[in-house]
Amino acid sequence: MLVTVRLFARLREIAGAPELNRELPEGATARTAWDALAREFPDMAPYAAAISCAVNEDYARFTTVLQDGDEVAFLPPVSGG
Amino acid sequence: MASGMHRVTGNELDARAAAQLVADGTCGAVATFVGLVRDHNLGRRVRWLEYEAYAPLALRAFERIAGEAAARWPSVRLAVHHRIGRVEIGEASVVIAAAAPHRADAFAACRYAIERVKQIAPVWKHEHFEGGDVWIEGATADPEDDAAREAALGRACS
Repeated sequence: MLVTVRLFARLREIAGAPELNRELPEGATARTAWDALAREFPDMAPYAAAISCAVNEDYARFTTVLQDGDEVAFLPPVSGG
Repeated sequence: MASGMHRVTGNELDARAAAQLVADGTCGAVATFVGLVRDHNLGRRVRWLEYEAYAPLALRAFERIAGEAAARWPSVRLAVHHRIGRVEIGEASVVIAAAAPHRADAFAACRYAIERVKQIAPVWKHEHFEGGDVWIEGATADPEDDAAREAALGRACS
C-alpha cells in the first residue's frame, strides 16, 4: 500500500522534502513507517524517542495501523508560541 | 487557515480582533496574551524567527485546548491565533484571547492555553541569529500526556 509521509522542521530538512510517498506492507503501523524512514535517513534515528505522530491530520499513536492512501506525519519536538 | 475562532496565518496578528471574536455581552473580562519575537535567546542575538506549522493539525490542537479549557472553566471562550512564516523582532507570533464572565477564569484559561500551545501544537520555530540558524526543539507533542496537562493547569492556577 502507498502512504504519504509528511515531515516538518528539521526532519523535513534531513529528508530534503516536506512530503514523501512510500510503499509499505499491509498491516504496517505508524511505527513501521517511522522505522523505514529512519533506515532511509539515518540522521533521523536520534529523534525516535522524541517524535510524535499524526495520521490523516489527527494525533495518533505509533500503534495505529495505516491504510492505503493514509497520510502519516512525524512531528519533531514542538516549539510554538 | 481558520477553524471556528482559531487561526494559523502568515499575516500580522491582531489581539483586539481575537478579543472581539470571543467576547460578548455575557463577558465581564477578556484576557489576551501576545507572544512576541525577542531579540535574544540563550546568549544568541536573534535576527528573526521563521515559524512552520502543520496547519490542519495545529487548528485541531487549538480546538482541543479550547475544549480542555471549557471542561475546566465552563464559561470561558477561547481563541488561539498563531503566525507562520518569517516574523520580525517585536512582532507577535501568537495571540490568545480568553473571555469569561469573571476575570479570574479569563486569566487562568489564557495562561493554560499558552502553556498547552507550547506543549502540543505542531508548530516549530527556526531561529535565525547572528552567526547561524537553529531549529528550536521543545516538548514532545503528546496531547494525552496527563503530566504535561497537569503542569499547565498548575501554572494557570498558581
